[in-house]
Amino acid sequence: MAESLIYCELGGSGRRYWALLALLGVPLALGAFAYFYIEHYGHIATGMDNQIVWGMPHVFAVFLVIAATGALNIAMAASVFRKAVYRPVAPLSALVSLALLVGGLAVLMLDLGRSDRMIVAITKLNPASLFARRVIFYDGFMLSVGVYLWFLLERRMNRYIKPAAIVAFFWQLLLVTSTGLEFGFNFRAVYDSVLYAPMFIAFSSAYGAAALILVLLAVCRWEERPVSDELLRRLKNWLGISVGASLFFAVLFLGTKYELARSRDVARFLLFDGGVYTALLWLGQIALGGIAPLALLLRSPLRRSALGWACAMVILGGLAQMYVTLIGGQAYPQILFPGLVESSSFFDGEIHPYTPSLVEVLLGMGAVALAAAIIAVALRALAMLPTRLDQSAGPQA
Amino acid sequence: MSADRNEGFSRRGFLAISAATLGGVMLAPGIRLIEIARARAPDQPVSGKVRWGLLIDTNKCAPGCDDCVKACATENGLKDTGHPRTDAQWIRKVELKDMRTGRNNSVPVMCQHCEHPPCVDVCPTGASFKRADGIVLVDRHICIGCRYCIMACPYKARTIVFENITDQNPDVPRGSGCAESCTLCVHRVDRDQQPACVEACTRAGHNAMIFGDLNDPHSEIAQRVAKYASTQIRADLKLNPGVRYQGL
Repeated sequence: MAESLIYCELGGSGRRYWALLALLGVPLALGAFAYFYIEHYGHIATGMDNQIVWGMPHVFAVFLVIAATGALNIAMAASVFRKAVYRPVAPLSALVSLALLVGGLAVLMLDLGRSDRMIVAITKLNPASLFARRVIFYDGFMLSVGVYLWFLLERRMNRYIKPAAIVAFFWQLLLVTSTGLEFGFNFRAVYDSVLYAPMFIAFSSAYGAAALILVLLAVCRWEERPVSDELLRRLKNWLGISVGASLFFAVLFLGTKYELARSRDVARFLLFDGGVYTALLWLGQIALGGIAPLALLLRSPLRRSALGWACAMVILGGLAQMYVTLIGGQAYPQILFPGLVESSSFFDGEIHPYTPSLVEVLLGMGAVALAAAIIAVALRALAMLPTRLDQSAGPQA
Repeated sequence: MSADRNEGFSRRGFLAISAATLGGVMLAPGIRLIEIARARAPDQPVSGKVRWGLLIDTNKCAPGCDDCVKACATENGLKDTGHPRTDAQWIRKVELKDMRTGRNNSVPVMCQHCEHPPCVDVCPTGASFKRADGIVLVDRHICIGCRYCIMACPYKARTIVFENITDQNPDVPRGSGCAESCTLCVHRVDRDQQPACVEACTRAGHNAMIFGDLNDPHSEIAQRVAKYASTQIRADLKLNPGVRYQGL
């Protein structure tokens, strides 16, 4: 019954479409300006210092990478686990995944201290480095998802969809797990827990699903594309389960940090004494990104606008979570001499302050705009979504 | 008789002195070679038989003295730009207080030149590397400024250059956007000199820092670590740093 799905490009008047691209062009141009500004003056132009070396651009970058891996989940459910209800949105799922990853990698590369040496990062790989291996994971993920997307769109290749999806699934698993372990293997007190791997898988599922649903709702607002209640209900449930799992892992992570005497101080910092980090943890990650959307999603039946709000909350909560994880993790002092009070001219033993500069935020927003622009251009150029999303699809796919 | 005795003595003496001189001339270079066996010519690769290290006696390290910090800054061209949070500090004095006993310590901390350096493990391009003789360095030509090494270092020893640098020390090239840390004054070590911090500490009369080859059982540092208890910072991480501390 897959033949019953007729895919078509994004419609609408040319003027309206160009207006959309022009709108996205503003943050893109500002992001480009921010990059050249930092490139010219050096990282002194940012709010970073030698205590907080990964700032706001990394918050956006890791968020986008994590969301990218999660956005593919819907396609994987359709093609690897044969959930036919997701079949109509499988190409969109792959597209959003690729676009978010490109956005994340762009900001990651543009924030390098020596971004003029990007080619070195690609050509000289230290095989022992998890970070270098992640370059391979990025490439493998992009290539495999690209091939999978091609097989989805090319009718003659449809029979190879499942093997291609399985390959993409493994790259996805490698990428998201290694992203979590990048923190988990770090000696800093906030990190240093392998729980980061499963926790990031849950986060990625929530952020990716939220981004995908928002794009789907945006397309449906852009033009008439009927969506079945069943598909929306399943997407809503998917998001709900992912948000619930994210909350579970966050509580497990913070709870175990607090329970163990050796990490109680850092847990107290995050949970009670961390100022902006504590506020972002409770109000941003837990309340706005967890409990509030979960409360909305548990309501049945769910209106589309409420689903959209829930997705926006999950994304904002996700950014708050990344800020707490990345910046809070560096703000907490590194302990060189456990049990002793440390002080030095290099700010040992102190909570490090950080205020993101405007150029950092612009760079991050530029990356989000880049991902959105890629989605907008691809949807206009390629038939990625069915004209009707309220029809049943065949089991394969 | 006396003339004969003198003549005989003179001949024997001459032969003895000649033999001793000849032996000395033949053996001395060998003895000297044994002594400097671990040194190397400038065009020779560094030897893995050497493990350069530092031993810092915190009982001799005077609180308030920062001669080592100043010497490091002068030697390596680290300037005060007026931005203390972004300025590089390759060595710093960490003041320690044990709240349970009230004991104070003043400890110089720099790159610990680990046997298993996490900065080298995480570096995506291989710019962070460890020489065969144990000195951990950054290849400024291929460092991309990702700052992963700074994130990974448990000793807060790595920094990144935030601003353009002028008037650099030709022996110690630095670059905006690149990571860096204590090189153990590798340019001096390769000329058989002591690191600047050690020299400054000795000059100040504290003698709190000893530099040498941990693998050479005859070196002062090896004999000291063999005889007296010494510790490594965060030994629990099992990175086996080349910098050891006494009196902590």
